[in-house]
Amino acid sequence: MKVLVPIKRVIDYNVKARVKSDNSDVDLTNVKMAMNPFCEIAIEEAIRLKEAGTATEVVAVTIGAKASQEQLRTALALGADKAIHIETEEKLESLHVAKLLAKIVEQESPELVILGKQSIDSDNNQTGQMLAALTNRGQGTFASKVDVDSGTVKVTREVDGGLQTVELKLPAIVTTDLRLNEPRYASLPNIMKAKRKPLEVIAADSLGVDLAPRIQLVSVNEPAKRTGGIVVEDVAQLVEKLKTEAKVI
Amino acid sequence: MKTLVIADHDNGQLKPETSKTINAAVKLGFAVDVLVQGADISGMANDVALMDGVSNVLVADDAAYAHQLAENTADLVLSLASDYSHIVASATTTGKNFMPRVAALLDVAQVSEIIDVVDAETFKRPIYAGNAIATVKSLDTKKVITVRASSFDLQNEQTAAPITTISSSLENALSSFVSVEQTESERPELTAAEVVISGGRGMQNGENFALLNGIADKLGAAIGASRAAVDAGFVPNDMQVGQTGKIVAPNLYIAVGISGAIQHLAGMKDSKVIVAINKDPDAPIFQVADYGLVADLFDVLPELESAL
Repeated sequence: MKVLVPIKRVIDYNVKARVKSDNSDVDLTNVKMAMNPFCEIAIEEAIRLKEAGTATEVVAVTIGAKASQEQLRTALALGADKAIHIETEEKLESLHVAKLLAKIVEQESPELVILGKQSIDSDNNQTGQMLAALTNRGQGTFASKVDVDSGTVKVTREVDGGLQTVELKLPAIVTTDLRLNEPRYASLPNIMKAKRKPLEVIAADSLGVDLAPRIQLVSVNEPAKRTGGIVVEDVAQLVEKLKTEAKVI
Repeated sequence: MKTLVIADHDNGQLKPETSKTINAAVKLGFAVDVLVQGADISGMANDVALMDGVSNVLVADDAAYAHQLAENTADLVLSLASDYSHIVASATTTGKNFMPRVAALLDVAQVSEIIDVVDAETFKRPIYAGNAIATVKSLDTKKVITVRASSFDLQNEQTAAPITTISSSLENALSSFVSVEQTESERPELTAAEVVISGGRGMQNGENFALLNGIADKLGAAIGASRAAVDAGFVPNDMQVGQTGKIVAPNLYIAVGISGAIQHLAGMKDSKVIVAINKDPDAPIFQVADYGLVADLFDVLPELESAL
């Protein structure tokens, strides 16, 4: 079984994003970038399926500028067999990404596509679902457990109020939640080996997808600042303040 | 121009997010129809009909929609979409699951988790874990939108709107329901509670979360947790407050033994009053807390319980 794992290069999750002074966007110059944490989990799950003998090949794919090849190399170092870079300088929306990925799904025909449930920059939580729609596949979103059987996959999903398990016919699309697994670190020998693994570059324009923007970014602003609070001495003072000053209890 | 809202429920009980999402939809300025889909849902349809601003309630009551599978729900919404310029759902796990599927099938972009309506095509939404607020304009003719319910108020009551039954049974061949495991709780729902008390890694283990029970009982509060507490296995994941968990905006949020990582703040920093109890005076949570108490939570919690 072939598994396709789309990944995204994003701001490192420890970095606090700063808004540009002209309010046009978030400032990403000289900011540490990394693989989106949910995508790391997706790669890890695919590698585990390979180690369990369920998957035969793991293909990592990313869409973005040249620099995103760094994240593909990371995926290869973690155990992916080959990588595909869809190169574009444009800032794409989820729908564009899903359409481009649908072309790769057509080309590679993976039985399972595993994506992160959301990227920590745009926080959209859309791409996996859109890809499932465009490829007419079943979707198992926010997965905390994935069990592949012959011809089907059982996905335990993290939903409000608990867990829901669904069974999908293969081929299918799965998106990862945080508790699906704990991603491994790439070892130095594996990082060296990854440099020799195949990485195919495809120009986004060559895939015949209309990449015209559907959403216009009007402005980006700092969120409302919270006013600095006070430190109370003890519990009695805290309760007193909550009762008389804040009037919330 | 009409708006279709898809009601959110947990197969029996309407979620408070539905009312707040209807409020957001009313702000778009067009007539609002609400679709209630599921199995055995007539009670909920009556509740929706009483919400202010609702013109019509559409009811799709069929076994095919019993578990709100994305594939079935998306096809159902798609079958109604031609009459509407705006399609709106709550950004709950249910809404997040089926709405992007609807958007892609309609070939339109989705605007996720809006916190404000500027006009019928312009919306505000948080990005980068709430560290920036983007104002975005949808250029598509049909708008597909999910709403961060905690940013909108509940709707008042009105005289009941008419209810129309839709006979539709779209069962998909791609997915099927297997089982559900619900977390039992007597407390108010986390996203709707007026008061939330959350524990973090500082709680040290799951048993110590019982220290929050007495306080939660006295305040009528829901109990939440940080991702660290969930990842450490102290409590189930549906208690997680944060960018990747639930977004809450209660009147009072009490963070106990929580450092205040970016990902946690994204889920609670719109609370009206924030209280932090932490023994580390440098914990980032104190930068957003209205009232901070630097102390050992194990000393403070019993004291707080008896003081209330």
